[in-house]
Amino acid sequence: MKKIASKDSKLLLIFSGAVLLMPLWLAPFGAAYPDLLQKFAIYGIFAIGFNILFGLTGYLSFGHAAFLGVGSYAAVWSFKLFTMNVLPAVLFGVFFAGLLALAIGFVSLRRSGIYFSILTLAFAQMSYNLAYSVLTPITNGETGLQLTLNDPRWLDSLYKVAGEGLPSTELFGLKMSGYPGFYFCAIILIVCFFISLRIFRSPFGLMLRGVKSNQNRMNYTGLNTRPYMLSAFVISGMYAGLAGSLLAVTDPLAGAERMQWTASGEVVLMTILGGVGTLVGPMLGAGLIKYFENIFSSFNSNILHEIFSFLPDGIENVMVKVTGLFVGSGWHLTLGLLFMIVVIFLPGGIVEGAQKVKNLFVSNDQKGSAESSPEKQAVE
Amino acid sequence: MTDFKKLDRRQVLKFGAAGAAALGAAPLFYSRNAWAESFRNDPGSAKNVTLGFNVPQSGPYADEGADELRAYKLAVKHLNGEGDGGMMNTFQPSSLKGNGILGKKVTFTTGDTQTKSDAARASAKRMIEKDGALMITGGSSSGVAVAVQGLCQESGIIFMAGLTHSNDTTGKDKRRYGFRHFFNAYMSGAALGPVLEKEYGKERSAYHLTADYTWGWTQEESMRQFTEGFGWQTTAAVKTPVGAGDFSQYITPVLNSGADVLILNHYGKDMINSLTQAVQFGLRDKQVNGKNFEIVVPLFSRLMAQGAGDNIKGILGSTNWNWSLKDEGSSAFVKSFGAEYGNPPSMAAHTCYVQTLLYANACEMAGTFYPPEVIKALEGFKFDGMGNGATEYRAEDHQCFKDVLVVRGNQNPSSQFDLLEVVETTPRSQVEYDAKIFGGELGPYKV
Repeated sequence: MKKIASKDSKLLLIFSGAVLLMPLWLAPFGAAYPDLLQKFAIYGIFAIGFNILFGLTGYLSFGHAAFLGVGSYAAVWSFKLFTMNVLPAVLFGVFFAGLLALAIGFVSLRRSGIYFSILTLAFAQMSYNLAYSVLTPITNGETGLQLTLNDPRWLDSLYKVAGEGLPSTELFGLKMSGYPGFYFCAIILIVCFFISLRIFRSPFGLMLRGVKSNQNRMNYTGLNTRPYMLSAFVISGMYAGLAGSLLAVTDPLAGAERMQWTASGEVVLMTILGGVGTLVGPMLGAGLIKYFENIFSSFNSNILHEIFSFLPDGIENVMVKVTGLFVGSGWHLTLGLLFMIVVIFLPGGIVEGAQKVKNLFVSNDQKGSAESSPEKQAVE
Repeated sequence: MTDFKKLDRRQVLKFGAAGAAALGAAPLFYSRNAWAESFRNDPGSAKNVTLGFNVPQSGPYADEGADELRAYKLAVKHLNGEGDGGMMNTFQPSSLKGNGILGKKVTFTTGDTQTKSDAARASAKRMIEKDGALMITGGSSSGVAVAVQGLCQESGIIFMAGLTHSNDTTGKDKRRYGFRHFFNAYMSGAALGPVLEKEYGKERSAYHLTADYTWGWTQEESMRQFTEGFGWQTTAAVKTPVGAGDFSQYITPVLNSGADVLILNHYGKDMINSLTQAVQFGLRDKQVNGKNFEIVVPLFSRLMAQGAGDNIKGILGSTNWNWSLKDEGSSAFVKSFGAEYGNPPSMAAHTCYVQTLLYANACEMAGTFYPPEVIKALEGFKFDGMGNGATEYRAEDHQCFKDVLVVRGNQNPSSQFDLLEVVETTPRSQVEYDAKIFGGELGPYKV
């Protein structure tokens, strides 16, 4: 046990270091600009939360985007009604997402497997359609909810004179755009990672793993697993709400498309790509997908010509034509291929890949002991 | 399990030190550029300037987006003094020299808005934060344009809106840093109204199908305002989701509603689908209240006409510009675009090309890239030779005022591109309105 604890602190330390230093080590990849870094941190939180449900209990929710969206809407309304300070916005986002998760989870968790997935998907699509066309006074439909100059902002108006133009989100005076926004999200991400680590190691986490391996057996021992499942679902929903509110914090706008089923599918992809049930996997998957979406999609033929300029003209043009299919608007294709490769060859995601590479470098007997040791498994 | 709780003092110190070190390093990143620059993405002594072209490359407006991108690339070529110069030769009064902008070569970065506000803002942020874009332009949806315009205001980057037709873009959501050359829903209504009255009479009842977002809403509002103004009834107005694909469930009720005109407030692929389905349902062969059933598409473009094929014949609508115009600027642009890509430009391409030239020209006039000065150069700027006759960028709301074209789907097209015939050129005075009617505030010059 002592060994786990020290390993965990090491993991947390490495994770924190890697997250906080992202502006440095991501620079060579062209990803070190505030907006993308914020997205890495925010979707990392989303995926880590999703993994608490999917990774531990094996319940695959296809409706997590609903919580993301509710978190965003709640946060933007907090900016509109109360104050531009981000703390209340984040609290509102988490609270309302938790509330919705409680309601949806209460109904959906009566079923398991594919039925559970379909139920959550149905609820999420319902929320999406509500946001898109029914509740337009609250959500502003397709256009998205935005700040306006004549929002009341009751708390702010008490002690501040409104400046010219739209106010920006702030944490006690510190503007939450650009790098400060990233560090705010990064610190929350580290806290979230820590909580997730503690859940993985707790008796509660063990119970959830028990549900995953055989829920019937758990029930036969006279144990009611429903409260555990519901807590896991709500916690995971609150993580999503937190991520949604942070999206609004770094960019005060909430659109219905955040609740669409594609957004729910995205977090499933992130988790599977990184490694289901692992601690850092979801974060890696989230980073990878956001990187593809933002960087690969921006490659146009000019950039490709630059990259292949060392080749002779004829070959250069062919290379640009071929690779052009996979970048720019074709980035989905690359992502799909990558996903297939991972699922077929590395069912455990990137984390399994990293493990395999690592095993290449350690000697055989060490490897044997590593595989049999439960501590090792736990750290993954 | 309990062991982990006992983080001893030594560990706490270690964590704390590492955290503090990381935080200490942090301010270096975001204050690095703070001292030198007076405005965002100042090109300084660099040889190049970067413009950001943010267009839909996927989704219901992808066709328009592709054509916009072609126009932008052409504009960049002309600004850099390559090609035949296109409208640079007809644009009056022009300060453009054909050596880039203020002597700096123009380069560009592109992005996909996916016709989603979130994706469009993420893409625009990448252009601003990573690629150092000085100006963002594009968009084929008003929802996206409004969202990106707000972002540009906050970032202090000028936004030259592409194809956006909602009243809100330069109405209630107008911004100091946002400019629109394209016409809007109000102007469509004002131009189309009298023609509809003349063609279809005063006693009609209209059924609206409306794309459910800012553009659709204002388009419907303006069309109702003008048609009801001369006596038309509005039977019903139904909102449809953007990108629905199948509109049959919305069109069936029209058959028995007693309405004799269907107004399709749709655009892009949505309009192609809804119009095609309406025609397939036999609406145009129907007689209601002793009158022929008519379909009206308030915002028309040649790209959509191409998609809708024969269904477009005889249908009335309005457009910002059409390639068949014979004035000097239009011919120069069509010739240059045709030589480059082998087909005539759409109105989306036209407005995007013009916007790029106007921005470049404003920088030359101001003699700097400093946004507040560029904005002042654009505000109230009067110009001609860009295909729409005499045009003015109104200072109060950053909306261009010019003549509006009322068009009809061509019954006997002479070529695959000759799809729209101009019924009437509505003079600017008839479509003008008071800038105050839509509310909104421009906001500050300096951000």
